[in-house]
This record gives sequence, C-alpha cells and structure tokens, in this order.
Amino acid sequence: MSGGARQLIRGRSGAASDKRAELLLGALGVIVLVLIAGMVVTVVIKAWPSFSHNGLGWFGTGAEVDSELRAMREAAPLPGHGILYFTSWPLIWGTIITTVAAVALALIVSIFASIFLTEFAPARVRRTLDPVIRLLAGVPSVIYGLIGILAIAPWVNEHLLSNSRKKSVIYVVQLNGNNLTTGTLILTVMILPIMVAITANALESVPASWREGSAALGVNRWRTIRRVSLRAVWPAVAAGTVLATARALGEAVMLAMVTGGSAFQANPLDGFTFFFEPVRPLAAQIFLESEGLTIGPLSHTIYAMGALLLVSAAMLSLVGWTVKQQLAKQGVRA
Amino acid sequence: MDPLMPPPIRRIVLDREPTVAPPREPPSGANGSASAGAALAQRIARQPVANTRERMSIEGVWLAYGDNWVVRDVSLPVRQGEVLALIGASGSGKTTLLRSLNRLTEITPGAARAGRIALDGTDIHELEVNYLRRRVSMVFQQPNPFPMSIYDNVAYSLAEQNPERGRRRRRRSPELGQAVEDALRRAGLLDEVAGDLDRSALRLSGGQQQRLCIARALAAKPQVLLLDEPCSALDPISTATIEELIISLRESVAVVIVTHNLQQAFRVADHVAFMHLGELVEYGPSEQVFDRPREQRTRDYVSGAFG
Amino acid sequence: MAGAAASPTPPTAIARPPRERISSWPLADRMFYGLAWLSGIGLCVIALWIVVFMLIKGIAYLRPALLWTRPAAGSIHQTQAGGILDPVEGTLLVTAVGTVIAAPLGIGVAVWLVEYGRPRALARAVDSGIEMLAGVPSIVLALFGLLFFSQGVLTFVSQPAASGALGQSFLACGAVMSLIALPLIFASTREGLEQVPPRLREASFALGKTRATTSRYVLLPAIKPSIAAGTVLGMGRIIGDTAIVTLLLGGAAQLTEPVGHAPVWSVLRGTGSTLTSYIYYNSPSGEGNAHEKAYAASFVLLLMVLGLNAIVTRLTRDSLDGPRGAGSRIRSMVGRFTPVRDMSGTAGRF
Repeated sequence: MSGGARQLIRGRSGAASDKRAELLLGALGVIVLVLIAGMVVTVVIKAWPSFSHNGLGWFGTGAEVDSELRAMREAAPLPGHGILYFTSWPLIWGTIITTVAAVALALIVSIFASIFLTEFAPARVRRTLDPVIRLLAGVPSVIYGLIGILAIAPWVNEHLLSNSRKKSVIYVVQLNGNNLTTGTLILTVMILPIMVAITANALESVPASWREGSAALGVNRWRTIRRVSLRAVWPAVAAGTVLATARALGEAVMLAMVTGGSAFQANPLDGFTFFFEPVRPLAAQIFLESEGLTIGPLSHTIYAMGALLLVSAAMLSLVGWTVKQQLAKQGVRA
Repeated sequence: MDPLMPPPIRRIVLDREPTVAPPREPPSGANGSASAGAALAQRIARQPVANTRERMSIEGVWLAYGDNWVVRDVSLPVRQGEVLALIGASGSGKTTLLRSLNRLTEITPGAARAGRIALDGTDIHELEVNYLRRRVSMVFQQPNPFPMSIYDNVAYSLAEQNPERGRRRRRRSPELGQAVEDALRRAGLLDEVAGDLDRSALRLSGGQQQRLCIARALAAKPQVLLLDEPCSALDPISTATIEELIISLRESVAVVIVTHNLQQAFRVADHVAFMHLGELVEYGPSEQVFDRPREQRTRDYVSGAFG
Repeated sequence: MAGAAASPTPPTAIARPPRERISSWPLADRMFYGLAWLSGIGLCVIALWIVVFMLIKGIAYLRPALLWTRPAAGSIHQTQAGGILDPVEGTLLVTAVGTVIAAPLGIGVAVWLVEYGRPRALARAVDSGIEMLAGVPSIVLALFGLLFFSQGVLTFVSQPAASGALGQSFLACGAVMSLIALPLIFASTREGLEQVPPRLREASFALGKTRATTSRYVLLPAIKPSIAAGTVLGMGRIIGDTAIVTLLLGGAAQLTEPVGHAPVWSVLRGTGSTLTSYIYYNSPSGEGNAHEKAYAASFVLLLMVLGLNAIVTRLTRDSLDGPRGAGSRIRSMVGRFTPVRDMSGTAGRF
C-alpha cells in the first residue's frame, strides 16, 4: 500500500476538522481579496491629492508633461499653477495609440498566422514553430527593449527617417529611432504569441465533423475556415484580444526604452512625421519616474497615473467578464 | 441524526403488480413496422420508377490506406431512380468505397487508389474536386449542422459558389430563397421550420438536424446523394421518416446508402451490394440478395451468422 | 460457388491523391491564402530572427567567467567591470521568495474555491479578484508594494536607508512578485482540480474521509503536474519582470551588505539587483552603456526562460491542455457552439 493510501486511511475524519480546514482556506481567499481591495484603496488615496488639485483638468492638455514634472521635482511650480499642477493627456494619448494600434495589428496578423499554422503549414513547420512561439511569449520585456533600442531603433533611424524630416521639426521635437512606430511594432510582436497560441488552439478545437461536412459540400478550405471555423472560434479570439490588450496597456519597460525621450503628444495631422514622433505611454512614464517617488507632489502624481492604469485594468477585466457572459448566453441559445 | 450513520434499511414490499406500458397504436399508414413474431421487416411500398439511368460507374476500383488494401476490385453501377445499399460487416470497405465516390478519401494522407470511377461518363479525378462534390453530395452518420441559422445552413453550398456577387445581396436574393425552400421541401422539413428559418440550426432535434443535413446536401441539386449510415444516431420514428424520404428522393437523385442495419437495407433498397473484407461478394436486386442469395457468404451474413 | 477463387491480385498502376489545387480557387480566396502564408512566414521569420540575434550576441559577449564574478564596486563605470554573479543571485533569490509565498496561497485558494466555495458570493468575488489581479500591470503592483512596505509596521522587511526605511529589499520585492505568480498557480491548480475524475472524490468520500483529507491526500497528489506547471509558469513571469525590481529592489548592482546577523534573513532584507534590472541599467536607457554586459545577461536570462519552458512542456506533455492551461477553457468556449443535443445522450460536445 502506498504511503498516500496509508495516510488516507489513517487521515482524520469528522466534520469538525473539515470545518476548520474550510475556514483556514477560506481565510486565505479573504486575505487575497483584502490585498486586492487594499491595493485599489491605498493607491487611490495616495493619488487623491493630485486629482483633487487638478480636477478634471488632470486628464486634459495644458503645459508640457515634462516641464510639469520637472517643476515638481525642483519644487518650483509653473507660473500661475500650484505645485501639483498636471495635465496628462499626452500620456493618455500615447497609451491609446500604441495599445490600439498594436492590438489591431496583432489581431489581423494572428488570425492569418493561426490559419496558416493550423491549415496550410506542413507538419514539420508546425512542429518547429510551436516551441518557438512559446519561447517568444516568455521573453522578458526588457530583452525586447534591448533589441529595440540597440537593433531596431538605429535601423529605423537610418533607413526610415530622413534627415530632412528631422530638420523640419528640429525646433519642436527631436526625432530619432525611438518613436511611435518602433514602440508599436515591438509591442505587436510581444502580444502576437499569446494571440496566435489562443487562436490556433481554438481553430484546432473546431469539430472535425464541420470541416468534413463543409468539404463534402464542395466548399474550398479557405471558405470553410472563413464561414465555419472563424465563426466558431470568435469567442476565443475575443478573450485573447482582451488578454493582449491588458498586456499592451501595462507594458512599461520596453516602451520606456524605445518610445522616445520626451512625453510628446504625437499629432496625426503631421502626416508621415506622425509615425516618427516620440510618445510616452502611461506605464512607461511611471517606470521612468521611479526615482521621484520620495518627492511629495511627484509621488502623488505618479500614484495618480498608477490609479488610472489600475482602473483601466479593472475595466478591461470587466469587459472580459461581460464578453464571457455574452458567450455563455449565446452558447445556451445556439 | 448523525450524518455519518447510514440510513436505516427498509424492506421493499411489492404490494402490487408492476405496471407494463401497453403497446402504442402504430402511426397511420406506417408500412415499416415489424409485427410481433415476424422475423424480417417489410420493404417500404413504393412507386416503381420508369426509367433508371446510370449516373456513376465504379469500374475495378481498388482503395488502400497506407499498405492496407481496403477495397479490392469492386465494380458497381449507381443509377438514378433506385436506391443502392452497400451492406457488410465492419471493415468490409463499404464506407471507404462510399467516400471515394466524392473523393473524400483524399483528405486522409496515405490513401491510394486504382481503377476508374466515372460520373456521367467523366472520370471523377479529372473533374475539379469541389465541382464534383456539388454534383455528388454526402450526408454523414452524425448530424453536423453548422453553427448558423437554418437558412444559412441550407444556403451554404450555394452561397459559396458565387463569390462574384456581393454577400448581402447574395444572402437574401429571391433565387437563393427559392432554392432553400425547394431543398427543405424535398427533405420534408419545410413544414416544420417554415415559420422561422433564422433560428439556429443547433436547436433542432436530432432527426430534424439530419433532415436539415439532407436538405443542405440537396440544395445544390446534386446528381448523386451518398448517405453514410444516416439513421444510426436517430430514434425509430425519425429513422422511419428519413427512410420514406429516401424512397421519395430516388426518382430525382441517385441514392447510395451504407448501412450495417440489415432490416433498414431490406426496407429501403432497390439494389443491394454485399461487401466482405473489401471484395464485392454479391450484387443484385434486393429481393434476390436477401431471399435467394447466390453466395454462401451472403447467405451467412443475411441470416445473421456473422457481422 | 462462383467467386470463391483466390482473392484478386493488387494492381500495379496506383494513383496517390493529388493536393487540392489552389489555382482552381477564385481570386479572392487565393489572395487570402497568400496572406495566410505571408503572415505565417512573417511570424516564423520574426521569431527566428530574435532567437538567432540573441544567440549571436550572447555567444559573442558571454564569457563563463562572467557568471561567477561579482560586479566590480567602487569605480565610476561600475557596471562595465566585473561579472553578473550578483544579478544572477538576485534573480534566484527573488524568484525563490516569490514562489514560496505564491504557491501555498494559490494552491490553498484554488482548493477552497473548487472543494468548498461557500458562501457563493465570496467565491465569485475571489475568482473575479484574482482574474483582475492577473490583468493589473506589474508597475502598478510595484507602486502598491512600495506603499505597503513603507508603512510603519512592515519596515522590518527592509533595511533602513539614509532617508529612513525605503521599503526596498528582496523580501519586499519577492512579496510583490508573488502577486504576479499567484494567478498562474491558482488557475493551473483550479483547472487540475476541476478535471479530476469524480470517481476519485467519490471513492474517498465513500471511505468516510472529509474534504480536507481528500484534497490533501488524494486530489493534490493527483494533479501534481498541473500545480508544477503553474508554478513554473509563475516563476517564468517573475524572472522576466523588471518594473517591480526597479521599484522595490533599488539600483545597486551588487548585493548590499547584509543587515544584522541572522543568516538568510539579513540577506533578504538587503537590496541588490536581478538580471532584468542589470540589463536595463546596462542598456543605453539606463546609466551604463555597457551593451556587451547587457547582451551577456540577456543570454543567461533567455536560457533560464528556455529551461523553464522545457520543464513546462515536459510536465504538460501527457495532458490535453497546452502549457497555459487555456486548452480546456478554449475548448469549452468553442464547444459552446457545438450541437447541444447529442443522440447518444452524452453531453453535447464533440
């Protein structure tokens, strides 16, 4: 008889010990819940002074973010404003464009790549790619940042950014390889593996009877995928997109290394120059200000940015939950 | 009451006779019911078809998966106006033969073939495969409606045939709607679903789903309909409905049905081909194969000695 | 008996099935086919390029001596001289602390959720809470950790710095790291428990054993591969994180002097660096500009990630799920569209 079985036979029986175990384990769950709730509360409390000072203008535009932060660091408020004065729209805008662009690009590419992997790729290619994709998903963001700043950014600087373009905006902002495009492209590559893995997994789970039935009706493979398989897997794709958005939203280190040296508000009306302007997403800004956490007003501002990220992550979680609820409802109806 | 102690044992006392459900009145006009004591089913009554024409010819066909020859030198005609049943034990190659008729065997890697299969005189391997499969449609053992509405399911193969026209126009065009209605009518499903064609196909009952699959297969107006044990997953009443449907369809479509249910073959078929271990042992009209088989193996199988 | 002669001989002229001719497809379909190939090949190329690039740089710059040399102290170009031993130790320490805290917590909560789960509202709250936690950016968790550990009572976890207790130490960093590993361990354990065949539980209850005993002696041993896979995934996430390290572990490249005399505790109360923070500080965005050291450290870090991935693959080799445990959840999402009714009477999933 194995040791486990022996222990099982000798193990305690009785409602009392079970109740104790339930309470103990339940307490663990409560601890986790308290930690999470406490996190939200403490971050918001620490962030409150910044919000209350600026009101809704916190989310708006005004002076440049860099000068506002410098003012706080040097304890020399900008003329006409209190020391907590902060307008974060450039940061929010930077977050929005990088996240939306990266997720949209990754969605399209991942769907086609998954279709390739599950339907058209030779078996050998598939077998080699699976571990490679898994490895890519596990590569730390700082390494992506390193590759970006040492290999991608110089390439973009040399081959995509012309000197005339740089000169044309030299009095407003310095353009180099660290810009919106580099950051978004690397962000796309970072979230691709998750989406490809989820989509490919889902495509493989489509019942073979549907694919066989469609083939027997004389419909070619691509149309079968488009009309039947993709329709069956879009719940999984939606869930994967929510996951990828959360990852893109919270990406701090890589974007801090690669998106440029100033919290510039990239302007789409600038035409092609827009793609080469530096941006500064929220998470990256927090990461870069990590030394300023001891300074009073600066720390309130940073925690305010953190609170915004926290609320966004919570809302994203909610969106993911509602998506799953919709799917559950549809599943019952279907 | 201690939750850990088992409940007290009660003695089971039978103080009345167990109730036996009386036999139900058979549905009016049924002609497939086996009366108590009769050993065999009865052939479903049918109008004889005046002209049968040969649609497909299977000539000396060999089929293999890997090194294993599953079908050996089989030759059969497939005629419109009659139902051809392929019978035999498991592993006799009847399903493989059926699937080779619409080149579904090509999906399996390692399949090999020899011999000739012709549709209206043309070798099917010279036809474009998707064109062939619209002329020779198949219904599978498990109903497999797509996760779409009933309308979309039936219109599926037609909708995918004309990619030039815009999708929205295509979906609701009157010709398509007419074709869907015709197919549903031929499959005997129109009355039951006419009210709401946009309902999800997955909410139909098993028998209805299988009839939907038949309607879907009929939508492109195929010349040949292949049925791979279509009733094995269904209850007897749905089975009876589908068998009558098959009889009514045989005038306009050549029907080939694979079944391991001898009674079903007897009820439904006009011609029967008995296969054993890949070889065609006997082929002939169904009364001859069942009542006066020429081969000993056939006699053994039909009488239930094996299989 | 006609036909009872020997079986016919197989033919010599055999035809193999042709590949489906894409050229017969309509133009639009061919374009999409090409797009799929393009995306797939593109993905291959990107993935292979990254791997090969890091391999080349790593081999170029990693000398074995680096692995057991400490970063040189005292010079201005501190990070340019010396090796990466301290960062490696730091990574291992942080991972150890994080896993030691996260694993019991994650497993315990998962067992509670699946085996007990009452009151229902609490169970749902815990479930949603952990899912939300999984989506919170690590930098925000680091902010919270800093706040948490700089409060009065909890300063014992870190050493006092010049300006008072900063809340930076291996303990603090590891504790916050446990929060990013927790959802993975929780999810894997929970999936494992949910997939245990009911007969195992029934057999144990039939013997009169409580849920606690059953969980401890029957269920958890049965799902060891799932728990291990989740733990290793959590470790992978910990070793790759930079944000928490930067905020909660200070910027020193070396392990600082241990505080006090307790053998392990004093080291944990100190600060230092991990491979991730080392890479960051040696890159052009950090202070140093020693990209050779950065590449070397990246190579070591990638080898660790590769090793962890290999372990997870071995652990999940025989299970139906992929390493992320998303397999069954995906399947159940796809399966919602399969026919609800199945004539054989089983639950309607193909």
